[in-house]
Amino acid sequence: MSLVLGSATLWQRELVRFFRQPSRIAGALGTPLVFWLLLGSGIGRSFSLPTSGGDMYYMEYFFPGVVVMIVLFTSIFSTISIIEDRREGFLQAVLVAPTPRAAIVLGKMAGSTSLALIHGMALLILAPWVAGASPASIPRIAAVVAVIAFGLTGLGYQIAWRMESTQGFHAIMNLFLIPMWMLSGAVFPPGGAPDWLQWVIQLNPLTYGVSALRWSIYGTPDYLATGGASPGLALIVISVFAGAMFIAGLAVTRSRST
Amino acid sequence: MPAVEVSRVRHAYGGRTALDDVSFQVEPGEIFALLGPNGGGKTTLFRILSTLMPPDAGSVRVFDADVRTEAAQVRRSIGVVFQNPSLDGKLTARENLLHQGRLYGMRGAALRSRIDEMMAQMAIAGRAADRVETLSGGLQRRVELAKGLLHGPRLLILDEPSAGLDPGARLDLRRYLTRLRDERRVTVLWTTHLIDEAEDADRVLILDRGRVVAMGSPNALREEIGGDVIALATADAPGLGGQIRERFGIEPMILDGSVRIEKEDGHRFVAALIEAFPGRIDSVTLAKPTLEDVFIDRTGHRLWEDR
Repeated sequence: MSLVLGSATLWQRELVRFFRQPSRIAGALGTPLVFWLLLGSGIGRSFSLPTSGGDMYYMEYFFPGVVVMIVLFTSIFSTISIIEDRREGFLQAVLVAPTPRAAIVLGKMAGSTSLALIHGMALLILAPWVAGASPASIPRIAAVVAVIAFGLTGLGYQIAWRMESTQGFHAIMNLFLIPMWMLSGAVFPPGGAPDWLQWVIQLNPLTYGVSALRWSIYGTPDYLATGGASPGLALIVISVFAGAMFIAGLAVTRSRST
Repeated sequence: MPAVEVSRVRHAYGGRTALDDVSFQVEPGEIFALLGPNGGGKTTLFRILSTLMPPDAGSVRVFDADVRTEAAQVRRSIGVVFQNPSLDGKLTARENLLHQGRLYGMRGAALRSRIDEMMAQMAIAGRAADRVETLSGGLQRRVELAKGLLHGPRLLILDEPSAGLDPGARLDLRRYLTRLRDERRVTVLWTTHLIDEAEDADRVLILDRGRVVAMGSPNALREEIGGDVIALATADAPGLGGQIRERFGIEPMILDGSVRIEKEDGHRFVAALIEAFPGRIDSVTLAKPTLEDVFIDRTGHRLWEDR
């Protein structure tokens, strides 16, 4: 009971805080949207992929990749608040409260996941026009985005929990997370990459997130023509990843409390 | 059953010892101050008592629950007031208290009426709907205090409670804590580096370099020094100190270039000193001992000193 109450109240706090800082909304949505419009239009028709349903232009190929980028940005950036909470003292009070440690992890991860979902869905509303997705597929898409976001949030949680400063967090972000996004099939088809890169792509959990998202948008495994993981495998991997990140988050929370 | 029982606690950060064999007890209903210079170990002790981290060795029990193995039970019985307010500035005062209450398992109408009660007690009800970041430091401290007391703890632990408060607000805080103890039997423990803040406590524990150097009621500690404290300003403190030792058979202390003597009937001794060393003494101060004198007596240095 205290697990539900504790995590629900921390989750609510994350959302309230977010909506009271409008600049955060603009930051999380703006960058990927600009990326998509500029890169998508620029590359435009010089890139097309043969699929069973006819040629696919880059704007459409890149669309799920941009959604994943938004989710990645929002999930990871919203876990920066852990560093701020620690510095500003809020976290100390949470840690001396008798609420279960799992409630602290769950509340933070659920809060960040919700924000990522809100942002991701803001763009995914366009899916029926950009990628021909049926409106009926929206709940399925949302579920997949939520699982991806939960896993990424957990990853951000572990990085942020150990960090003393937000600058350090940004360094890790650039060094580690941007390549992770680039090598996930979000930007270019994994099928055409050289062998050594194929290995990296296959070990990258985000590859499975992008594949699962493509499947949820189209409802078919046609996207496999450009590489990636099969829908079943993709769904299993993102779920296991999300669960593992929660457990790891719990472990790191129990190990360090000051 | 003591409210707090600290027994042979040691703690180190890397190679640096923060607490070295610290033992003491706090009785229920006591107001207890941990006095010491920054770096003396009181923050470490505060963290251990508030369950933020376990000690390396030794045992700490709060109302008979071990902070290491029964942390959840300890957490329910303590209220913690941090030096840096633990408030969320983006939330209103009321929202801060709502989240706090839920983290302690409170909810619904019971929680709301408890929040109203605490806000009224702290005289912040009129600002309940204001975001905390718009409140003054003094008001924030009151919200912080309301936060720490919301769940009705039996022991209130405060870290440097009057830091950043103006003298009026300090006085209010001390009065409130005394009332809390008198009316609700709440045990109060605070850390401080301010002498006068420690003077207000029932008992004081003085920590220096991780060790307990003195413990007792402020009066008892002062009486241990006995008599008065005389400080002599002079051009040659070591020389004068040596001559005083030879002539009067007492052991003066040389501190910051002045000679310091603890002596009963100080006023008579001052007259004797001035007659004995004409022209050598630039100025004399004669004072009743304070807790700082206790600290100097036990450690040979001031509370505030570069080390």
